[in-house]
Amino acid sequence: MSAISPHPGGALVSGGILPKWAPYGVFLGAAALSAAVLAAAGSFSIGLTLVFGVLLACVAIYSWSRAVEGPRRAVDRVVTMAIASAFALAMIPLASLLFEVAKRGLPGLSLEFITDDARGVINGGGAAHALVGTLVITGVATIISVPIGIMAAIYLTEYGGGKLRRALTFFVDVMTGIPSIVAGLFAYALFELFFGPGIRLGVMGSVALSVLMIPIVIRSAEEILKIVPNHLREAAYALGTPKWKTITKIVLPTAFAGLVTGVMIAIARIIGETAPLLVTTGVIDSINSDPFEGRMQNLAVYAYSEYRSPGVDKAASYERAWAAALLLIAIVMILNIVARMVYRRYKTEIR
Amino acid sequence: MPQVDTTTNAGQLLAAASGGRRRVGDRVFSNTATAAAVTILALLAGVAIFLIAKGMPAFTHSASELPGGKTFIDYVAPLAFGTVLAASFAAIVAVPLAVAVALFITHIAPPRVALTLGYLVDLLAAIPSIIYGLWGIFVLGPAAVPVMQWLEEKLGFIPFFAGPASATGRTMFVAGLVLAVMILPIVSAVAREVFSQTPRKLQEGAQALGATRWEMIRMTVLPFGKSSVISGTMLGLGRALGETMAVTIILSASGAVTFNLISQSNPSTIAANIALDFPESSGLAVNVLIATGLVLFAITLVTNMAARAIIARQNRGE
Repeated sequence: MSAISPHPGGALVSGGILPKWAPYGVFLGAAALSAAVLAAAGSFSIGLTLVFGVLLACVAIYSWSRAVEGPRRAVDRVVTMAIASAFALAMIPLASLLFEVAKRGLPGLSLEFITDDARGVINGGGAAHALVGTLVITGVATIISVPIGIMAAIYLTEYGGGKLRRALTFFVDVMTGIPSIVAGLFAYALFELFFGPGIRLGVMGSVALSVLMIPIVIRSAEEILKIVPNHLREAAYALGTPKWKTITKIVLPTAFAGLVTGVMIAIARIIGETAPLLVTTGVIDSINSDPFEGRMQNLAVYAYSEYRSPGVDKAASYERAWAAALLLIAIVMILNIVARMVYRRYKTEIR
Repeated sequence: MPQVDTTTNAGQLLAAASGGRRRVGDRVFSNTATAAAVTILALLAGVAIFLIAKGMPAFTHSASELPGGKTFIDYVAPLAFGTVLAASFAAIVAVPLAVAVALFITHIAPPRVALTLGYLVDLLAAIPSIIYGLWGIFVLGPAAVPVMQWLEEKLGFIPFFAGPASATGRTMFVAGLVLAVMILPIVSAVAREVFSQTPRKLQEGAQALGATRWEMIRMTVLPFGKSSVISGTMLGLGRALGETMAVTIILSASGAVTFNLISQSNPSTIAANIALDFPESSGLAVNVLIATGLVLFAITLVTNMAARAIIARQNRGE
């Protein structure tokens, strides 16, 4: 820590300290001033106001603080303001995205949108087939991924040792990095081997999604199983309980809420996947709930194809794309929120 | 943890002592767990093997037999260029922002709201990529047109902004910005984790010596978190390299190999090219697309393994 000299450049508080409201006041003042100047120059826009407002505020707070508090405090103030602005900048896309999806999606969202499919309808119809497809494909992917993922996590925390454990830990990390489209290509290549070229099935999409979901399930389950207190296991062993019973009757029930949370977040992650389904499940207009027979539509691909190949009435197609996007984002949000609620409600059991 | 080992042994001894029936249950359960572990390794090996097997014809056939009449290398090189360009631009935009976001949440925001702000950032990672694509083409693209015109006018001498600026916003610039938003939560999550673990004694020591908050951050938090920022960046790069839908929707790809970010003609990316062409392809074209997928897999694999290696070294160093 040689950087800290015993006599830092100048006393920290040389004159006084700026009032508590200083950063906010300076920013508001700077924003108001730049808005006024821009309006006078005839080129007012919210974006430009914010850009100039932040720049002006940084200069203003630096000069003011330097005059009152000294140069080191001034640098601290200007950096703090810059970092806070950067955070705000990073939040703008989130706010804009949620707002736009709600604004553009709500008009297209109706009961018919959820209950009708698009069979035989030229330019119109609902997305029931896509909703059913999303639920079936994701459901099958969950049925494949959860047992494998949780058993592998049990292996890692309760049994594993040596080379296999190290290899698994490493390759699970590698697996989290597989691009989703590559997972789709894998599922296609696998099924083409058995069913011939051009094959499209719902279950192919599930297999592709499983490749993406398994590592997420393992990671979260491993974290949760790790924090189950050891004294619970030891108490069970002391009573002569076999290891497998200890795991199924003591460890898993204790970790249950956390496991459910992890699985729900994993589902939320994959339910909106588009690319792997684009190459595996195909596109269809009517409801198909059999993953082992024929093509299957889903919400994400539905939104994409309504955008990519709109009907005669372009605006109506785009509206349906946004409605599907809104439905999808609502499902993802609900899954995330419920998952957090489950965890918060039951997490005390683990402590 | 030696404790676990002794109790495990005790449990096994007890199980052994009380006869075979319990051991059968134990053996079945532990074998199932091991089987799950092996299945996952087999699955990953399967991904590689199937991609290689199905991609092979693209390597072995001559240029005249392949669709487009180009050798596979000639076919994939511009795509790989576009992929790396888009991901690099995204990382250059996202990393400084992500570090700022991580610093804001761990060291500047009041602790009471920090948790909520963290959730908000994580929310960015939860939004499906198709929605980022729609947002990019309908909202960000049009909004970025004046910015791109300004860049062309004022910074046109830099090759990246040579222009002529696109009037639709379907450019590498917009696609890269959307990718930047998508990888920001990944980079900032890794950085946040490590920033918040900066040893308190270092931070308090710096402040006790009279450092301001920024001086404390610069002298303790940033040096401590440096390698986490690097590994987070590479994880983000890995995500951006493989991201498909946002690029597929936004980019108007012409196959040009150019560093120009704001013009109408853009290089495509491997993932976007697969998403666009795969549904209508058959025969050898499918093999070629799978082979490009294999190339993408290899690129992301190397990037991610480098990131993990940095993280692993850092954990060992602690």
